[in-house]
Amino acid sequence: MSNIRYTKDHEYIRLDGDVGTVGITDYAQHQLGDVVFVELPSVGDAIVAGKQAAVVESVKAASEVYAPVSGEIVEVNSAIEAEPAVVNEDPVGKGWFVKLKITNPDEFAKLMDEDAYKAFVASMS
Amino acid sequence: MLNKQGRPTTPAAAHVEHRETFTSNRALQLEEALIFDVGREDVCGVDFDEPAPFKARLGAHARKASTGLPGLSEPEAVRHYVRLSQKNYSIDSGLYPLGSCTMKHNPRLNERMARLPGFSDVHPLQPVSTVPGALELMQDLSHWLITLTGMEAVALSPKAGAHGEMCGMMTIRAAIEARGESATRRVVLVPDSAHGTNPATAAAMGFEVRSVPAGADGIVHVDAVKALLGPEVAAIMLTNPNTCGLFEKQIVEIADAIHAAGGYFYCDGANFNAIVGKVRPGDLGVDAMHINLHKTFSTPHGGGGPGSGPVVLSKRLAPFAPVPFLKRDDKTITLVEHAKGTQAAGRITAFHGQMGMFVRALSYILSHGSDGLQQSSQDAVLNANYVRACMADLMSLPFGNRPCMHEALFDDAWLKDTGVTTLDFAKAMIDEGYHPMTIYFPLVVHGAMLIEPTESESKAALDLFIMTLRDLAFSVKRGETERFVGAPHFAPRARLDETRAARQPVLRWTPRKPVLAEAAE
Amino acid sequence: MRYLPLTDEDRELMLDRIEVAHVDELFADVPADKLLKAPLDLPRHKGELEVERMLSRIAAKNMTASTVPFFVGAGAYKHHVPASVDHLIQRSEFLTSYTPYQPEIAQGTLHYLFEFQTQVAMLTGMDVANASMYDGSTGCAEAVLMAHRITRRNKAVLSGGLHPHYAEVVRTSSHLAGDHVVTMSPDISATEDLLAQIDDSVSCVVVQTPDVFGNLRDLTAIADKCHKHKALLIAVFTEAMSLGLVTPPGEMGADIVVGEGQSIGNSLNFGGPYVGLFATRQAYVRQMPGRLCGETVDADGRTGYVLTLSTREQHIRREKATSNICTNSGLCCLAFSIHLTLLGNKGLTQVARINHANAVLLADMLAPIAGVDVLNETFFNEFTIRVRGKAADVVEAMAQRGVLAGVPMSRLLPDAGLDDLIIVANSEVNTDDDRRAFVDALRQSLSN
Repeated sequence: MSNIRYTKDHEYIRLDGDVGTVGITDYAQHQLGDVVFVELPSVGDAIVAGKQAAVVESVKAASEVYAPVSGEIVEVNSAIEAEPAVVNEDPVGKGWFVKLKITNPDEFAKLMDEDAYKAFVASMS
Repeated sequence: MLNKQGRPTTPAAAHVEHRETFTSNRALQLEEALIFDVGREDVCGVDFDEPAPFKARLGAHARKASTGLPGLSEPEAVRHYVRLSQKNYSIDSGLYPLGSCTMKHNPRLNERMARLPGFSDVHPLQPVSTVPGALELMQDLSHWLITLTGMEAVALSPKAGAHGEMCGMMTIRAAIEARGESATRRVVLVPDSAHGTNPATAAAMGFEVRSVPAGADGIVHVDAVKALLGPEVAAIMLTNPNTCGLFEKQIVEIADAIHAAGGYFYCDGANFNAIVGKVRPGDLGVDAMHINLHKTFSTPHGGGGPGSGPVVLSKRLAPFAPVPFLKRDDKTITLVEHAKGTQAAGRITAFHGQMGMFVRALSYILSHGSDGLQQSSQDAVLNANYVRACMADLMSLPFGNRPCMHEALFDDAWLKDTGVTTLDFAKAMIDEGYHPMTIYFPLVVHGAMLIEPTESESKAALDLFIMTLRDLAFSVKRGETERFVGAPHFAPRARLDETRAARQPVLRWTPRKPVLAEAAE
Repeated sequence: MRYLPLTDEDRELMLDRIEVAHVDELFADVPADKLLKAPLDLPRHKGELEVERMLSRIAAKNMTASTVPFFVGAGAYKHHVPASVDHLIQRSEFLTSYTPYQPEIAQGTLHYLFEFQTQVAMLTGMDVANASMYDGSTGCAEAVLMAHRITRRNKAVLSGGLHPHYAEVVRTSSHLAGDHVVTMSPDISATEDLLAQIDDSVSCVVVQTPDVFGNLRDLTAIADKCHKHKALLIAVFTEAMSLGLVTPPGEMGADIVVGEGQSIGNSLNFGGPYVGLFATRQAYVRQMPGRLCGETVDADGRTGYVLTLSTREQHIRREKATSNICTNSGLCCLAFSIHLTLLGNKGLTQVARINHANAVLLADMLAPIAGVDVLNETFFNEFTIRVRGKAADVVEAMAQRGVLAGVPMSRLLPDAGLDDLIIVANSEVNTDDDRRAFVDALRQSLSN
């Protein structure tokens, strides 16, 4: 079973042990257009599922990135602060936003899996 | 004897496009450097006499380093700014159908009046006894604004539309505080079609914003408002006519509902120009409304300001107008500058507001008179509907082919699968010598194109504009995408890289590295 | 009606094309009982000549700055503006264009905004400046809100030397936002202890120099203590011309600098329109309110300018915007920029020296007069005097004698017990005759 899950706000979380890597999906980066600025939380911040974890801005739009699950920030990707274009180029790889230590695995299980998310995106267009 | 000397009088060959020039200039399109590249610190375009020797009183605060500011002689400065001006489109040079911005003609009489020394050369803090004319002018303008809107009072000091929104919402906040309900009434309803300033203002005033969905017909329905009303609702902010160019036809019912729930009705008056002399907001139940003097009453937009946004207030809100304000009894006009002893909601700017804009607006109003103002509204609405009617067969109307107010809103459904976007279509209009309409606003309509021709356009000018739009639309339908993608082709600049501007912001000039140092790297 | 091109025949043809019989059918959504049937009971339209007569008659009732010895300041200043400035800002392409939303055909506006931002940054000694605010006072309130966003604290400390109207504007917006403001008592001699106010709860300290009484202030120690407590120093000025001669706030450690730019390029206009200057450090750019213009390239690789970082603004961020501001002071910042370009560093220094020299001359003439004290240790072009009796009455009596002498402090702060103070401003427009007239009128007004 795949270890990646998705939200309706187009965030993804990839779980490795109890640490989840969070970013925005390829669909999301495409909708936003050229990402020009990213604002990340601080390591140690406690984040609640569904609440703002980061901000991502393109030339024409500003969006909150919500935490797919609750947890504590253990690492942030400063590379995308310096070079926001990476979010467009490789959103699910080098363009990740934060890593968090999850507190409630049930929240993860409730999110959409790959197939459900694909169907969700297809239903939007 | 035949004289073979002299110039040829027929052109020899066809015009060759895109030929490079040595200077990068193209005849009347002249390139211009930054003042920092051409000016020098020791050059000055103003002459001064050296003062007689004196003992400075600057203490230890004298500037040590030069500002580094470059100077230009007067001829150089004049040429610099004239050349820059030639890179701008303007109302004076052509039709400027920027929806919601109201780019109407700016009469030059207004400029002359604003420059009368009696208005431009008086200080906001000189003794009140020396400026009776300034108070009289403000009083005359107030009378017109109050009468045209059917309201109780007007606060003149707001510096622009958004500042007026702040002023109006502030009086609402003060009225709620006076009622002792500031802890509970914290919600402001804002339709999703509203100008971005509305939610931004409500949030800045400490309110929580709740969004009201507009109906499928583009207007706000009283039922949708009622569903959100409660004892926590302080006000609704509604634009009328709205940003889709439609009159909010349930406005009276909405006003009644919000009043019955104990809230106030803020009307965004950005589009008041459509209804001046046709209907008075006071008769519709409005409690506060700002008027953009730079839209409705034609004070020049000046490349983005200065604006002016007086706020008319209902009887319930009038006592809370911020200082300074005018008080009038039978004979005298008094300037009230301090909140003490009044219910004033505070102060929103250092002085009395945009006097220079008051003069221009009053000059415009006196010139038009009550008859001309009404005619202007009618002509503005007529012109917009004419464009709508003439384009309805080619472009798509999100709310059907029905009358609009002063602006006609199209969406991009008709561009689907053509390879041309709203942006491309707008940029192609530039090549045809027009300023594009407002695009991608309001947000509730996909790929919006909002056309506001204003009353300043003649039928002939509109006919040519419509024929141009039709020609462009046919071009889209024929698949001639090269006319759109990559446009504009003939403007001083091609499309600019906004991504680069935002990713690596360069917000000021900095001294360039010497050429040798650059080469060495 | 000279401004309306449509003829009745045009209107008929257009109504036919729209397929309605009467223009009121286009207003069908207006509730029928609310639609006005006839024009309102207000005067009908008038020709240019008549409007000009009416407004000239009203204008003539005011005493104008250029026709009398003039010493009124306290936030707005009378300076000479070169003729070319007013000519250039009235170019159609500057006067009658809108915000540069289509940069390909608005490079003129964007180019001068880029120059303006740079000029303001250089003048204040800061990294970056925005494309202007409504005026100095609204800029000051925005600066406080910005400091709260950066520090995530909500307590501002206002110096007693801050223009009382600026303080009031800050208090008004802070009250609405639920923020906390400490206003120091009026500080006539620049001796207040601001350092004692700074601790870890403070978001920002707002200090004006030259202050409202005209004193010059060193901000270095305040900046140091602010930074030690991770608070910001907001430096304010109301007289932009002072920056030609005094140490700029950027050199003293200010984090945000706001000021009134009216002095350069703009008329008095009874209080507006003016132009607010707003500058900060590079690190805080994304928290800055207002419009920003940036350099970029076009599709052909040529340098050009655009509005940028607009995700901070209301039209994208809506209720999460850094500010609700939508316009800047376009034409007023153009006037500022042209005047400053004509001056350059050389001219700015010269005119600032003349301002200072004229102020020193008047201060020296006033010092020996019995019943008059010049209170300032230091000043640029404005100082405060204490007079025998009520300052407001003295100023009024001097006005009756044809001298506009300054601003009585009681006009700005009626209940502060400062009824004997007059703020006196000087500039390059004042002559020896003006100063003699001032002294004569003052002597006569005091003895009464």
